[in-house]
Amino acid sequence: MNWIVKNLWLIPALPMLAAGVSALAKQRSRALAAGLAIGSMAASFVLSVWAFVHVLARHSGVPETFSFRWFQFGDTWLRLGWLLDPLTAAMLAMVTFVGLLIFIYSVGYMEHDENFTRFFCFLALFAGGMLGVVIANSLLLLFMCWEIVGLTSYLLIGFWYQNPRAAAAAKKAFITTRIGDLAFLLGMVWLYSQTGTLLFYDGGAGAMEAGALAHMTTQTTVLGLTVSSAIGLLIFCGAAGKSGQVPLHVWLPDAMEGPTPVSALIHAATMVAAGVFLIARVYPLMSASMSAGPTVALKVVAWVGAVTAIFGATAAVAQFDIKRILAYSTVSQLGYMMMGLGVGGVAVGMFHLITHAFFKALLFLGAGSVIHGCGGEQDIRRMGGLRRAMPVTFAAYAAGMLALCGFPLFAGFWSKDEILHAAHRWSVSQTPFYLGAAGALLTAFYMTRQMYYVFAGTKRRVARAEAPEAGEFEDPTPHDHAAAHESPAVMTVPLMVLAGFAVLLGFVGTPAWPWFQGFLEGRAVGFDLHGFAEAGVLPLMMASTAIVFAGLGLGWWFYGRRAIASAEAVDAVERVGPRAFRVLEQAYYVDALYTATLVRANGWWAGVCDWFDRFVWNGVVQMVRFAVLGLAWLDNLFDTYVVNAGFDEGCREVSRGGRLLARLQVGRVQGYLRMIGLALVALALWLLWGAKA
Amino acid sequence: MTPLEDYLLVSALLFSIGLAGALTRRNAILVLIGIELMLNAANLNFIAFWRYGPAPAALTGVVFAIFSISIAAAEAAVGLAIIVAAYRHSRTTDLDKMNSMKG
Amino acid sequence: MTIAFVMLAAIAAVGAVAAMLLRSAVHCVLALTVGLAGLAGLYLELGAQFVGFTQLLVYAGAVAILAVFAIMMTQGARAWAIGRFSTRWAAGGAIAAAVFAVLAWAICGSGVLAGAVGAAPSASVQEIGDALVHRYVLPLEIAGVLLTAALIGAVVVAMPGRAGGDKP
Repeated sequence: MNWIVKNLWLIPALPMLAAGVSALAKQRSRALAAGLAIGSMAASFVLSVWAFVHVLARHSGVPETFSFRWFQFGDTWLRLGWLLDPLTAAMLAMVTFVGLLIFIYSVGYMEHDENFTRFFCFLALFAGGMLGVVIANSLLLLFMCWEIVGLTSYLLIGFWYQNPRAAAAAKKAFITTRIGDLAFLLGMVWLYSQTGTLLFYDGGAGAMEAGALAHMTTQTTVLGLTVSSAIGLLIFCGAAGKSGQVPLHVWLPDAMEGPTPVSALIHAATMVAAGVFLIARVYPLMSASMSAGPTVALKVVAWVGAVTAIFGATAAVAQFDIKRILAYSTVSQLGYMMMGLGVGGVAVGMFHLITHAFFKALLFLGAGSVIHGCGGEQDIRRMGGLRRAMPVTFAAYAAGMLALCGFPLFAGFWSKDEILHAAHRWSVSQTPFYLGAAGALLTAFYMTRQMYYVFAGTKRRVARAEAPEAGEFEDPTPHDHAAAHESPAVMTVPLMVLAGFAVLLGFVGTPAWPWFQGFLEGRAVGFDLHGFAEAGVLPLMMASTAIVFAGLGLGWWFYGRRAIASAEAVDAVERVGPRAFRVLEQAYYVDALYTATLVRANGWWAGVCDWFDRFVWNGVVQMVRFAVLGLAWLDNLFDTYVVNAGFDEGCREVSRGGRLLARLQVGRVQGYLRMIGLALVALALWLLWGAKA
Repeated sequence: MTPLEDYLLVSALLFSIGLAGALTRRNAILVLIGIELMLNAANLNFIAFWRYGPAPAALTGVVFAIFSISIAAAEAAVGLAIIVAAYRHSRTTDLDKMNSMKG
Repeated sequence: MTIAFVMLAAIAAVGAVAAMLLRSAVHCVLALTVGLAGLAGLYLELGAQFVGFTQLLVYAGAVAILAVFAIMMTQGARAWAIGRFSTRWAAGGAIAAAVFAVLAWAICGSGVLAGAVGAAPSASVQEIGDALVHRYVLPLEIAGVLLTAALIGAVVVAMPGRAGGDKP
């Protein structure tokens, strides 16, 4: 077996090892922690590139696996392992590269934070977990790394744990994803019971391979679903939680309480993408069916994705926090990815995932740079005119924004087009296509809005010289700079690298040269301009271009014609429809709904359990206590009256006997002599009597 | 000839009287006198048996009695000396008061 | 039993009883002397003349006088009432009586003593001296050493001198 395949485990293991070592290091050893994290990530990147090259050279879509036995229960062995196929290689390369850039960025961003080492320890642990998810061949191993990723997300969202908002957001993230994970676990168990294996590919015996799939598609279960669809839907619940699909999306906007590099890495590029990746991984299961046409599972995926896409896009229109806009944008784009998987297949969804990772990370890092430069300010109403103050950040951010909008020739254009193209051809319904198109319009609109608020116009900065308390626990401690300034090189260089990718990466997936799709399927693809001539491609490209420009124009109409006057000025859209704006700002009041229903129900249940605990279990414990006390009292009684009395009496008898005997020894000679006389008489009598008798 | 038993009876009588005195008198010297009396009773026994015994020619009884008398005299001297010394120490010859050896 | 025996025995017994019963210590010693004299007479009756005279010399002459001296030195003649009749007397008397009873019973009940009574043996001084020097020379020497030790010891013990009296 090839060396890289056998040692693929090194890729997640190195960052985890770095995390372990820096966990033991002292708070002061910043260079050690950062060095270990970046070094291990760089090593993982090199190994990922090697794996990528290896897969490239192989020209095959068939996965190479390596499995080992983990533990035995009963007759069977539970096996874990990893696999290397085009999907894995692409994902590895993306995660390690983007991760490396973000790690380097964090060195500058977290410089003023005193918990620097803890941050890098958690980041490295996250990287290890995420890479583990990517290479896992066993659904169980994937789940374990999935949980590690969820844990580190919790730790990093709540990094500034003294801030109650951050702590609450971390809890919310963890619990919400947990709900999805429960369904995931059920699906996993069901899969195991159906197929007897949790390995994806196992030389024909894996769960994603023909034999197992055939077995599962022939059986039906509740609601007439095939077993494969049912399991797929359960696993999709887990993915929905992790990837912020409606209705489990509520944690993503709140997760912006964490430091910006965390938002960039975890909640834009990688962890949220893990859900999409999971669906791509189990795609054979989701799509397996005896008849032609999409399975129920894929239909559900597509619909949920479409709804999420439009939901996120509309909510993003009305946000004022720079990171929250990007968060809802991420929700929306994740919806696009899911929709892409549902309507078009693995290549479509994954392509958008990879391009999105780059430009969304870029946008978040840029936002971090903006926040850093504004001394901790996150409200876009209080920014402005940064185009001149932070030119490099502005250029990079603009590149990312255009890529996200799907501006022609940027990366997002090609990937989003693939999704819309596949949606247009979907046999079930055209609604996802229209929802996607509307979403694209809104994406362009709200990104333009953000650009105008942040970078254009004049400075609307409210003086923050008094540094209110909240500032300490938000993005980095403001160093008292009155004016906005460009960030240091360690932060801007990653921005520029990512910007380059945001512009150019899309070219690997154009219709003329669908290299990415070919790569995933393991075939070589040549450059062929006739790809553009395929049915529907060119009209769609023109339509989406028109949509993008429409969105940009609308944004200019509302926000660009007149400069935004001041920080207290009412938003232009809000002026048009205040009530609708309020609804969008509160993201359709979903959070409020959950609080009123689920949270209250949970609180009531907790009260019931508490009552139970206090009166029932506690009652039992108290009874035991009284029983023991009673026994002890009886024992005491016994001890005092029986044992002591008997013992004391005995001692007193001995004492009395001793005193009696002591009377013989009074020290008077004549007494002794009397005794001798008596003894003599007695002895003589005895002897004589004996003799006589 | 008075028979041997009579001599022996007299000896026993004297012995008993001496014992009674030794047991009952409070003055240490008088106790010592009682003890002397007992010794003498034993001497009488020896002489009686010598006279009426199987081998009077060996003079065993006589020699024994001579030794007994001499030793008894020495013992009386030492005993009296001790009593005098004890008297000097505790200013009393009352035996009842000399009970520091009590248990 | 001859008259001589009875009379001598009576003297010895009465003297002994008086020695035990009299109140004054000096009287007791003198009564004892009388008793021991009677005893000496008994010895003479039995034919042991040397022992009898030795008895008189040593006991009646030396020991009794020594006892009187001791009484004088310890002032026992005066002071307290000696003969209180109490349990002490009863117990002592009872034990003594018991001892006498046993001895008497032994003597009377024994069958050994009905032997032949030979002629009075001669126990001249010459013979006694011979016996002492030849047969019993070792006991003689030891007795001499013992007497010397006793003499010295008695002197040392009774010697006044150190304040507070000697340690016993």
